Amino acid sequence: MTPWWRTTAFRQGLAVGVATGAYGISCGALGVAAGLSTWQTVVTSLLLFSGGSQFAFFGVVAAGGTPAAAVATSTLLGARNMFYGLQLTRLLHPRGWRRFATAHLTIDESTAVAISQDDSRHQRIGFWTTGLAIFALWNLTTLLGALLGNAMGDPRAYGLDAAAAAAFVALLWPRLRGRQPVAVAALAVVLTVVVAPSAPAGIPVLVAALAALVVGLPRPRKVGPA
Amino acid sequence: MSLWTAVLLACLLAYLLKLAGYVVPHSWLEVPWVARVTPLLPVALLSSLVVTQAFLTGEGTFTLDARAAGVAVAVGALLLRAPFLVVVALAAATAALVRLLGIG
Repeated sequence: MTPWWRTTAFRQGLAVGVATGAYGISCGALGVAAGLSTWQTVVTSLLLFSGGSQFAFFGVVAAGGTPAAAVATSTLLGARNMFYGLQLTRLLHPRGWRRFATAHLTIDESTAVAISQDDSRHQRIGFWTTGLAIFALWNLTTLLGALLGNAMGDPRAYGLDAAAAAAFVALLWPRLRGRQPVAVAALAVVLTVVVAPSAPAGIPVLVAALAALVVGLPRPRKVGPA
Repeated sequence: MSLWTAVLLACLLAYLLKLAGYVVPHSWLEVPWVARVTPLLPVALLSSLVVTQAFLTGEGTFTLDARAAGVAVAVGALLLRAPFLVVVALAAATAALVRLLGIG
C-alpha cells in the first residue's frame, strides 16, 4: 500500500491547502480594516473557519451594517457546509470525537478534495490533509494579516487566486464523464452566472446545487448507465 | 449586540450548521432520490466554484483577468494529462506573469 504521504490525495490536499491558506493574509487585513480587533479577527479564523462566511461578516461590518446583520449573512453563507457534511458523512463515516473535528474542518476545499478521490482511504487522506493544512496556514496568515495589514503584499501578485481556481478545475475534470454530470455542470454554470451579480459571495454556490437536484431528481426511465 | 457577541454567535452558528450535516439520521440519506442527487452535488458545487473563483470580481461582476489566463493554461495542461500540482503551479505562474506584465 502506498504510504499516505505519497498518495495523490495528499499532494492535492497540500496544493489546495497552500493556495487557499495563503489567503488568510487578506482575511486578517480585511477583518482589521472592517473595524474588528486583531483578536476578534483571529477568533473568526479559529472558530468560524469558513472563508466565505468570514469575508461576508467583515463586509457587513465594514459597510456599517448591524452586528446582527453580519451574523445573519455569515450564517446564510455557512449553510452550504451543512450540505457538504451530508455528503462527507457517507464517505468518511467519522465516529466519536472525530465527528466534531471533521465538522469543524468541513469547508469548500476539504470537501472538494475528499469527494474527488476514488476510495474511502484516499477520501480520508484528502479531507484531513486539506482541512488541517488550511486550518494551520489560514490561522497563521490571518494573524499575520491582522498585525501587518497589507504590508505583506497581495497574494494575487503570486497568482494564488488563479491557483485556487485551477485546483477546482482540476478536481472537476475527471468527473465530467457521462451525460448527467455534464448536464449538471452546464446548468450549475448558468445558475451561477445568473445569480452571482445580485447575490453576496457564497450564495451562487448554494443556488448552483439546485442543478444536481434538477438533473438527479427525475426517476431514471430505464436501468443502465446514463 | 456587541461586536464580540456577534463574532462568537456567528462562530457558534457556523459550527452548528457544519455539525448538522453529520448528525442527521443515516436513514434520511438512504432514500432513493437522495442517493441519486448527492453524487451529482460535487459536480454542481465545483462548477460553480470555478466560475466564481475564475471570472467573478469582489463586487459580483464578471471579468476576464489574469485568473482566466491561468485557468485557460490549466485546461490546456489537463488536456495534456499533466499532474495536479503541475496544473495548479502553471496556473499560478501564468496569472503572476500576466499581472507582472500589467496585461490583466
